[in-house]
Amino acid sequence: MEQNINWESVAPAGGKISDKHPEKSVSAAMPADSYFKAMVALFSFVLLGMILISLSMGYISIPIPEIARILVNKLFGNLEIATPLEETFAAVIFDVRLPRILTCAAVGAALSVSGVLFQGILLNPLADPYTLGVSAGAAFGASIAILLNLGATFVSTPVFAFAGACATLFFVVYLSYSPSSKGIASGLSSNSLILSGIIVAAILSAGISFLKFLANEQVSVIIFWLMGSFASKTWMNFWVIFVFLVMGFLIAICFARDLNLISLGDRAASSLGVDIKKVTLLLLITGSMLAAVCVSVSGIIGFVGLLVPHMVRFVTGPDNRRLLPLSMIVGAFLLLFADTITRAVLPHEIPIGILTALTGGPVFCWIFKRSRLG
Amino acid sequence: MEIHIQDLGFSHGDTPIIRDLSCSFFPNTFYGILGPNGSGKTTLLDLISGFLIPDRGQVLLDRTDISSLTPKKIAQALSLVSQNYYINFPFSVEEVIMMGRHPYIDRFAHPCQTDMDRVSQVMDITGISHLKHRKITELSGGEKQRCIFARALCQDTPVLLLDEAFSNMDINHTLHMLGIIRELINKTKGTVICVLHDLNLAAAWADEILFLKNGTIQAKGKTSDIITQETIEQVFNVKSKVEFNEYVQAKQVYFKTI
Repeated sequence: MEQNINWESVAPAGGKISDKHPEKSVSAAMPADSYFKAMVALFSFVLLGMILISLSMGYISIPIPEIARILVNKLFGNLEIATPLEETFAAVIFDVRLPRILTCAAVGAALSVSGVLFQGILLNPLADPYTLGVSAGAAFGASIAILLNLGATFVSTPVFAFAGACATLFFVVYLSYSPSSKGIASGLSSNSLILSGIIVAAILSAGISFLKFLANEQVSVIIFWLMGSFASKTWMNFWVIFVFLVMGFLIAICFARDLNLISLGDRAASSLGVDIKKVTLLLLITGSMLAAVCVSVSGIIGFVGLLVPHMVRFVTGPDNRRLLPLSMIVGAFLLLFADTITRAVLPHEIPIGILTALTGGPVFCWIFKRSRLG
Repeated sequence: MEIHIQDLGFSHGDTPIIRDLSCSFFPNTFYGILGPNGSGKTTLLDLISGFLIPDRGQVLLDRTDISSLTPKKIAQALSLVSQNYYINFPFSVEEVIMMGRHPYIDRFAHPCQTDMDRVSQVMDITGISHLKHRKITELSGGEKQRCIFARALCQDTPVLLLDEAFSNMDINHTLHMLGIIRELINKTKGTVICVLHDLNLAAAWADEILFLKNGTIQAKGKTSDIITQETIEQVFNVKSKVEFNEYVQAKQVYFKTI
């Protein structure tokens, strides 16, 4: 116990609260930092490569140098179309493939960010963007729109899906919120949120089954919508998701350190100055909005939001300040990879939701078993 | 920093946990809080730290009501080691202790040299430097508690609240941590409020003791005055023998085995 303890100049003198932070900031843990930057650079490069490859693949194959030339010309505004073939290429790229590819990448990114947020807030590695019943709510909304044949006008199915998702989210939060608990943190515990989400999702999925039963000939439309697809996505779809993604990511990264502290438990986080109720509610809404907008545009795509944060945690560790950006990039890459396979490699396009579940499920089993073995 | 508690009341539904409790805590003192299970010890700490909002009464930090302070200001005044030391994600020990600097680091800033020096100094003092790069989830209960204790030290607050902070440590480490607390009080004139169950440790280390029972203060005062057979029987309902022990240089309590 005889240690040379030097308390001077370190602890503030009894009672004085200091707000000053004197010295210039020095980056913590340099090697980990540069490793992280290298990974971000690597995966951004891989994602850009994947976008180019995906652009070149499909029913009409376009050579990559040609794509690069058309993109550069478009970017600098002097697109000179020399031949009818180039005209076709430009139309294929800008009207068909690029909106689909970018929508897909943005959905992958948004689902992954949402997954990180849900796992962090609910302190549960099994949580994903759909834990709180957002997908069931969206599916129920979309089913109603299809059943009432509102899907004929082009916006209404996504709008109904989004409304269904939001209504579900607020109902789940309302259900798990207990106004009688007086603590800073109590009232929104992860267990009650998960339980409410499961109950509401179960009711809604029974409701969806009932709608399918009523739907007669439209039942196949409902089923296909639920399986998820990026076919014939427009620039409009992309911009909607992109705006949500940018806002969601900025909010998430702003509170990433608070999210780290929440994993210490609510008393500890609160004693370190985290306003738990505010942060939980804000991030919960952010994550759910991201999931809702994805579901409303592209249907239910499972396993991306569950799997990507797990895989990225092997690289970055649990720190959300690193986990969030890298998950976003890796999620965009993986979903684009899957969509390119179903669009351009497989003989028939199968719904993306089925492909991600069929490939993501076994990968998750493998990761899970590996972590069990220690 | 002085803490004044006035007519504090708190209940869970219809069950009162704290009833009309008033007391004060002053700097340069090690307070021990003892009492039977369910006597409101943890709730009292939760109310002092602002984690729970009282039904009645108030908690004043240097004359300011704690409910009017921002979470950041509270975090710079009070640090808490809670009973629950379970951490869900595999952060490294160093990262967990760095979290203790959270109230001093701006939202988008990196930790500065002072923060990093403080973290390594605290790890040295508490003897966990060798665990620095280990994952917190892989440590034993006692090792985790030492990390959480180090995190609270790192927070550099004038008031330190400990809720059974040593419950899983062996006697060597418990004494080591108590020694650190004593040193801390001597150097920074801080206030330490410590909930513990071991009467003999409390008798040997605490300056003042507060006995809680059914949400009220049963007895409080200087350790050497307050530890008596009568108080212990009143509070815990057990027979005991209290005598001054030469070796410990403090009063010690002995219980009969039936």
